[in-house]
Amino acid sequence: MSGIPTNIKDDFPVLRQQVHGKPMIYLDSGNTSQKPQSVIDAMNSYYETINANVHRGSYDIAVKATDALEGARAKVARFINAPATNEVIFTKNATEAMNLLTRSWGAANLGPGDAVVISEMEHHANIVPWHMLAAEKGFELRWIPVTSDGHLDLTDLDTLLDGAKLLSVTAMSNVLGTLNDIPRLAEAAHAKGALIAVDGSQYVPHVPTDVQAMGADFLVFTGHKMLGPMGIGVLWAHAEILEVMPPFLGGGEMILNVTKEGFTTTDIPWKFEAGTPMVAEAVGLGAAIDYLSELGMDNVRQHEIELTAYALRTLTERYGDKIVIHGPSEPAERGGVLSFVYGDPEVRVHPHDIAQVLDQAGVCVRAGHHCAKPLMQTMNVPATSRASLYIYNDESDIDILADALEASSDIFAF
Amino acid sequence: MPGLDDLYREVILDHYRSPRNRGELETPPAVRAEGFNPLCGDEIIVFIDVDDAGTITDIAIGGQGCSISQAAASMMSAAVKGKTIAEARRYIGAFKGLMSIHEGEIGGDGSEAETGISTGASESGDVKLGDLEALKGVVKFPVRIKCATLSWNTLAEALAEAEAS
Repeated sequence: MSGIPTNIKDDFPVLRQQVHGKPMIYLDSGNTSQKPQSVIDAMNSYYETINANVHRGSYDIAVKATDALEGARAKVARFINAPATNEVIFTKNATEAMNLLTRSWGAANLGPGDAVVISEMEHHANIVPWHMLAAEKGFELRWIPVTSDGHLDLTDLDTLLDGAKLLSVTAMSNVLGTLNDIPRLAEAAHAKGALIAVDGSQYVPHVPTDVQAMGADFLVFTGHKMLGPMGIGVLWAHAEILEVMPPFLGGGEMILNVTKEGFTTTDIPWKFEAGTPMVAEAVGLGAAIDYLSELGMDNVRQHEIELTAYALRTLTERYGDKIVIHGPSEPAERGGVLSFVYGDPEVRVHPHDIAQVLDQAGVCVRAGHHCAKPLMQTMNVPATSRASLYIYNDESDIDILADALEASSDIFAF
Repeated sequence: MPGLDDLYREVILDHYRSPRNRGELETPPAVRAEGFNPLCGDEIIVFIDVDDAGTITDIAIGGQGCSISQAAASMMSAAVKGKTIAEARRYIGAFKGLMSIHEGEIGGDGSEAETGISTGASESGDVKLGDLEALKGVVKFPVRIKCATLSWNTLAEALAEAEAS
């Protein structure tokens, strides 16, 4: 057993509602997670008691607000086992963190003759910023292919890494759930003199994360997929890398001095945090980390393995060849992200129609390309339905999903 | 509360299962336009042959997508085949009216659909939507309006291109 309390749903107010007259079953946490009462309370309490702008006021609550922001930073650093707190940069989300990485480190280090290696299972956030920068700087973008069973095909990895300056890859696919072997990839990248950036958006909320054990040079992730609020994300990188990176956005907070002739930047991490930061969101993220830490990330992961195994078993036993669940079949090799196509093997029900039918049963899933169009192309499907699990899901949620799927075969029977 | 029966009417499912005018036309003489729904990855390709008199002599539909987008495309193709460009444009206006979309109106992106009131009739004028009326239920499912209008927006592009060439 996983050690996740069986009454955990009680901590999440949004899960207490009915939709279309049925209890709401939330299976879209890969998209965004729900928030426990403690996170909501922490953010409310911030606004009710210590709201003030940070790093510039000398009065009591301004000091407390600054402490709250920096305290949240310290919690993040501990949560990912960062060597130092000042290596944690707050951004709007993982996408902005990736854009910070490309616009700052990328623009300063990449040019004609250089290469960046990404994979076919990346989210658009780890594709489009590189396309944009490559169009300006003229470097090459290389792709690690994906095998038919949803793993990275590392056969030609060393060749792909030849002359590359960066490998930028997801730790867990948001479509396939595949867990990638980051330590191995880091070793391969470093052996070729390249750095490795890790997209941890799906990984950090679900798996104990240790940037040092990973061998990562950069890690990006977002708060709202890990019980925290929307509007805060993180870029972590080693201090010596951040020190020499040029600033990203310019403005207040990030400067040491400004004259009519120019400016000098302040220390990391604030060098990369122009303007008033998202203090309440940082406080909320800190509360989310407290909540997850109390559960224990090992328990979080164990719960996910067990529930993923139950879901894979339940859906395939019940529907046989009427359902195809993409990604690794072994629960220990994957996260609780279940992308599937369903229906008669000759004529599948379109994911958008499945999501519609499931919604009528109170079941929330995502349908579409999941911001991973190159992967959809490789998988040769236009779209999938995706049920993604988190700590507040249990076996009864899976049973309701399985029952609700039946209704779509009734409507779309061919 | 709108139910799935409002959305998945039998005539819609019939067009979905047996799409009319499915295929491709040779370009040129046909013109080709492509429409995407980035939300769900639906894709519609519209081919039209237009003669010198401005009549759509043939139409073909390609692409893939959900039942609503595919059925709407099939119904659209049947409705405008043999019509003039001007008539086809009136159909586009009438259909968007059915979807509670009024061109040039602020917030006319379907937000009014949430009220469940369709004022389509006033814009239909002399256009008989026929089978297309079955798609009226889509208005109760605002997220799906984009699915229903995708083929019509793509047709509008194809018409503009046909006129230009």
